[in-house]
Amino acid sequence: MSILAYTPIRDGQFTKLTYELLSYGRALADQLSTELVALSLGKTEEDQLKTLAEYGADKILHSNDDRFEQLDNRAFSKAISQAAEKNEANIVLMANDFTGKALAPATGVHLKAGVVSGVIGLPESTDPFVVKKKVFTGKAFARIQVKGERKIFTLETNSYEITQTSKEAAIETFEPQLDEGDFTTKIIEEDKQTDKILLTDADIVVSGGRGMKGPEHWQPLEELAEVLGAATACSRPVSDEKWRPEEEHVGQTGKIIAPNLYFALGISGAIQHVAGVSGSKTIVAVNNDPEAPIFEVANYGIVGDLKEVLPNLIEAAKAAK
Amino acid sequence: MNILVCISSVPETTTKIRFTDENKAFDTSEVKWIINPWDELALTRALELKEQYPDQVQEITVATVGGQWTEQVIRKALAIGADKGLRVDTEPKDAWQTASQLLPVVQNGNYDIVMAGIDSSDYNGMAVGNMLAEMAELPSIAAVSYLDLDGDKITVKREVAGGKETMEAKNPFVAIVQKGIAIEPKIAGMRGVMNARRKPLEVLEPVNAEAMTEFLSFELPEPKGDCIMIEPGNESELFDKLANEANAL
Repeated sequence: MSILAYTPIRDGQFTKLTYELLSYGRALADQLSTELVALSLGKTEEDQLKTLAEYGADKILHSNDDRFEQLDNRAFSKAISQAAEKNEANIVLMANDFTGKALAPATGVHLKAGVVSGVIGLPESTDPFVVKKKVFTGKAFARIQVKGERKIFTLETNSYEITQTSKEAAIETFEPQLDEGDFTTKIIEEDKQTDKILLTDADIVVSGGRGMKGPEHWQPLEELAEVLGAATACSRPVSDEKWRPEEEHVGQTGKIIAPNLYFALGISGAIQHVAGVSGSKTIVAVNNDPEAPIFEVANYGIVGDLKEVLPNLIEAAKAAK
Repeated sequence: MNILVCISSVPETTTKIRFTDENKAFDTSEVKWIINPWDELALTRALELKEQYPDQVQEITVATVGGQWTEQVIRKALAIGADKGLRVDTEPKDAWQTASQLLPVVQNGNYDIVMAGIDSSDYNGMAVGNMLAEMAELPSIAAVSYLDLDGDKITVKREVAGGKETMEAKNPFVAIVQKGIAIEPKIAGMRGVMNARRKPLEVLEPVNAEAMTEFLSFELPEPKGDCIMIEPGNESELFDKLANEANAL
């Protein structure tokens, strides 16, 4: 038996999410006294592949097949299933990002496995197999029993500490059996920014709400984010009003994030917004209304006018660097 | 062109979450049920397409898996413009069961686009759409934030890490839908509600499908400590605390 972790690449690099997933997989493999196999599909440099061992992989499978340049749910989920079967992996792990959310259920169908999305820690028991995840968009937790021999989990972002080891691992070529009919979709245009910190990857997120009073006031918020090396985000009214792109919306129907530090600037803290950010380790809220519900979930609060507080925050952040 | 939208019933977004039966079950006693917000986005876009391209889009069907209590949400979908409702009469325990029940609906229907929300605001399973696509052996595109028709062409955009990819989809396919695909939800008028009563709502017998996962119990998060207030002008004190007290920098 073994555990298979699917490790996607972004612009030829593995990301923090992958290393978090492997750290989790390592701990789970130790708990079950088994091996952790990492699977990479698509062109990747050998130096990059080697880093997978540093975060816990015992074995690295890699396919250089050109056809994996574009994510296709059918082809990728079939390839992952074949790798799992070949390595007798009863557990398949993926990150709970766009890729994992699409591929985990699809792979689950091929492997007839129990799928749990957004697991937040190691299993509390392995016989029966019980894991924990957030439900009601962070308003509660659930303990779930996963039946059957095969299991697939996606790991909630920022829910497991990244641990480096001094391991080395063999890199093996993996050749999945796929015919052209397995590649079912085609990309005709890409619009990607590679230099931007991903909202879902970021350690620090600076987020603005209606209290920012219009898109023309966002420059200081962006400056604060830049000083802190943070990603920028916004509340729903801000994206609905098109002050900011919809990709920045965090909240119940937008992105669910769990950074180390979240700045809520001019966000009142409606229950739907809080649901999207309640996984943040520390929340700082700035609002001119002392009664704003955001202060009920924040760890640190400033009651004041953003016109004055935001420049002060930028100065203080620069000084703290 | 016919579109199937898979919908589920979830508690209204401001519902206070409570559990009963020694935390083994969700307390539904005072819950108001709504269409899962992501499924509503899918339905909204489907209805917009029918309005925009009346010659191309013939029929919008909504399907749900659940007991009779879920019919209120189907009626709501019919009231805002869906043409037909289907309900598979069983209470699913997980995404596998739900997708297994929707599979015959897809196989027996003649749908060009099957839509499902990327997530659900109750148990956050995030799996039904992709499972259904794979079970039905249909191509799927996930995290879809844009879908439009141009003659025979279906153009779809999906969100990926750091950006978007534009794709050309060939029908039939499954679109797993997220934020951005539609903005303004439709609101049912009096006439819509009246019309909905006359629209067909078919109840289907379930097929055999076992659940792969089971909820054992629930718990609420620990209450958080008080918010530490800092006076405006003392922002450097905030960063001191973030660095030394919260270990957040």
